[in-house]
Amino acid sequence: MTTPPETTTASTAPAPVLAPPRGTRLTLRDASIGRQGTPVLEGLALDIAPGEILTVVGPSGCGKSTLLRTLAGLLPPLAGEVDRDGIPITGPDAERALIFQDDALLPWRTLRANVELPLAIKGVGRRERRARAEGWLERVGLDGHGARLPHRVSGGQRQRVQLARALAGEPRAVLMDEPFGALDAQTRAGMQQLLAEVLRGTGATVVFVTHDVDEALFLGDRVALLGTGTGRVPHVLDVPRPRDRTAHDDPATVELRRTVLTSLGT
Amino acid sequence: MTVRHLLRLLSLVAALGLWQLLTAFDVSVWLRFEQFPTVVDVAREFGERVGSEAYWQDLTDSLSRIVTGFVLAAVAGVAAGTAIARSRLAADLLGPVLEVLRPIPAIALVPVAILLFPSNEQGIVFITFTAAFFPVMVSTRHAVRALTPVWEEAVRTMGGGRWRVLGSVVLPGALPGILGGLSVGIGVSWICVISAEMISGEYGVGYRTWQDYTVVDYPGVLVGMVTIGALGWLTSTAVEVLGRRVTRWLPRTESRAEAPAPRRSPSWGRSLAGAADPGPLTSTKEA
Ligand SMILES: Nc1ncnc2c1ncn2[C@@H]1O[C@H](COP(=O)(O)OP(=O)(O)OP(=O)(O)O)[C@@H](O)[C@H]1O
Ligand SMILES: [Mg+2]
Repeated sequence: MTTPPETTTASTAPAPVLAPPRGTRLTLRDASIGRQGTPVLEGLALDIAPGEILTVVGPSGCGKSTLLRTLAGLLPPLAGEVDRDGIPITGPDAERALIFQDDALLPWRTLRANVELPLAIKGVGRRERRARAEGWLERVGLDGHGARLPHRVSGGQRQRVQLARALAGEPRAVLMDEPFGALDAQTRAGMQQLLAEVLRGTGATVVFVTHDVDEALFLGDRVALLGTGTGRVPHVLDVPRPRDRTAHDDPATVELRRTVLTSLGT
Repeated sequence: MTVRHLLRLLSLVAALGLWQLLTAFDVSVWLRFEQFPTVVDVAREFGERVGSEAYWQDLTDSLSRIVTGFVLAAVAGVAAGTAIARSRLAADLLGPVLEVLRPIPAIALVPVAILLFPSNEQGIVFITFTAAFFPVMVSTRHAVRALTPVWEEAVRTMGGGRWRVLGSVVLPGALPGILGGLSVGIGVSWICVISAEMISGEYGVGYRTWQDYTVVDYPGVLVGMVTIGALGWLTSTAVEVLGRRVTRWLPRTESRAEAPAPRRSPSWGRSLAGAADPGPLTSTKEA
C-alpha cells in the first residue's frame, strides 16, 4: 500500500527492435492538475509504461476525469510536467483517445458514422472506413444497429459505441472514463473480456477509470488510488498476473481488494 | 373529412362571403367598402393576370431578388456568426460595426442603397440581404456558443483540427439554431423585397401592386396582395421544410413523436459534414 508510485514497471519489456511497441509512455512529474486555475490534484507523480493498463479508482469528485482530460491534452497542467514518450503534451491528438464519462457521440450522426469519424479524420477511404466501422460495431455487440441515431439507442449501447469509436482510431493510448458504468453485470463482463483481448492485440497503453474495485483489479496491471490521504500522491498497487475473473477468492486478490477498499475508506 | 376540417373550411368560406356581401352592397358604416373590389372582381382580375406574361415576369423578378439576397445573407450570416462566436479577434473586429448597424431596419437603407448601387436591382438585393443577414448572424452566434463542448473535445481527441471541428461539429451542431434565424430572416427579407420594390423597383410584385394602386386599379392591388401572401408563404415554407429535413436527428419527446415511420437513414449528417469539410485543406484523402 506504500508502494512507490513508479519505477515498478520501469524494468519491464525492453522495446523490440522490429516491431516497436504500440503503446505510449505517459508520465506525470510533480504535476498539479485542475480546472480554471484551481488545482484538484497536486504533486502528482505517475509513470505509465507502454502497453500497461492502469486502472484508477477514487471517490467521486477526486479528480479522475480531470486526470484523464489532462492526459488527453484537453487540460493543460497547472504546474509540473505531463509527457508522452518524454515529449510534453500540449494538446489533444489522435494518439490518445478519450472515452468520455458523459455521452460524447455526435447526435446527428448515425452510430456507424460516429465510429467512422476517427477514420475519416485519418483519411481512410469511404468504403474501407465503413467496413472497419461495421467490424467495430460488431465487436461491441451492436451489429445491425449502425444506421440508428445515438438518441435512439440505450445509454449502455451509446457507451459501447464510444468504445468502438475510440478503438477504431487505433490510438496508442486509450483513456477511459467509467466506460462500462451503465452496463449490466453480464454485458459488463463481456466488455471487460473484449477490452482485455483487444488491448492485448493493439498493445495500447490504457488508463481506465472505474468505481468498481473488482473491475479495477481484473483489468489493471496496476491500480492507482486517487484522493486518498492528504499528500495527494496516488497510491499505486501492483496487481499480480496472471489472473482471471473466477479467481475472486484467490487469497492474493482478496487481500488486494481489501487493501483498495480500506484505502478508499469504505 | 372530419368535423374540424369542415369547420376550418367553413371559416374561410364565411370570411370570403362576408367580404363579398360587404363590398357588393357597398356597406359604409364607419369602414367604407364602396371602393373596395368584390371577391368576384378580384377573382376575375386574378384569372386575367395569371394568363398574362407580365404577371409571371413580376413574380420571377421578386423571387429571384429574394432568393439571391437571402442565400447571400445565409452564407454571410452563418460565416460572420460563427467567426464572432469562435474567434475573439473576429468578435473584436466585426462585432462593433455589426452592432451599430443592426438596429437600423433594412428598409431604412433604401436611400443608402440608391446612393451606393448603380442599379435598382442591386439595391433591392442589398436590402433583402441586410434584412436576412442580422437574424441569421445573431442566431448562428448564439447557436455556436451554446454547442455542447464535449462534441468538439471528442473530435479533437480523434486528431481533428480546426476545419474538421468546424465542418463536423460546429456547423451541424449549430444548425437547429441557425434554422431559427433563417426562418425569421426569410420573413423579414420578403417584407423588405416588397417594400423596396414599392419604393424603387422596376417590375416585381411589390412594384406592380403599388403601380396598380396609383392607377386606381383596386382589383389589381388585391391580386398583388394575394400573390405577395402566397409567395411569402411559399418561401417561408421552403425554409421550414428544408429545416425539418436537415434536423431529423433532433431528439423528440416520445409522447409527441409521430408513429415510428421507417425513417430513412439520415445520411445527411455525413453529406452535410462532407460538404462543409474543406476536403483539400485537410489531409483527408477521400476515395
Ligand atoms: N468544468 C469544471 N469546472 C470547474 N471545476 C470542475 C469542473 N468539472 C469538475 N470540477 C471540479 O473538479 C473536481 C474533480 O472533478 P472530476 O470530474 O475530475 O472528478 P471525478 O473524480 O471524475 O468524479 P466522478 O467520479 O464523480 O466522475 C471536482 O471537485 C469538481 O467539482
Ligand atoms: Mg469523472
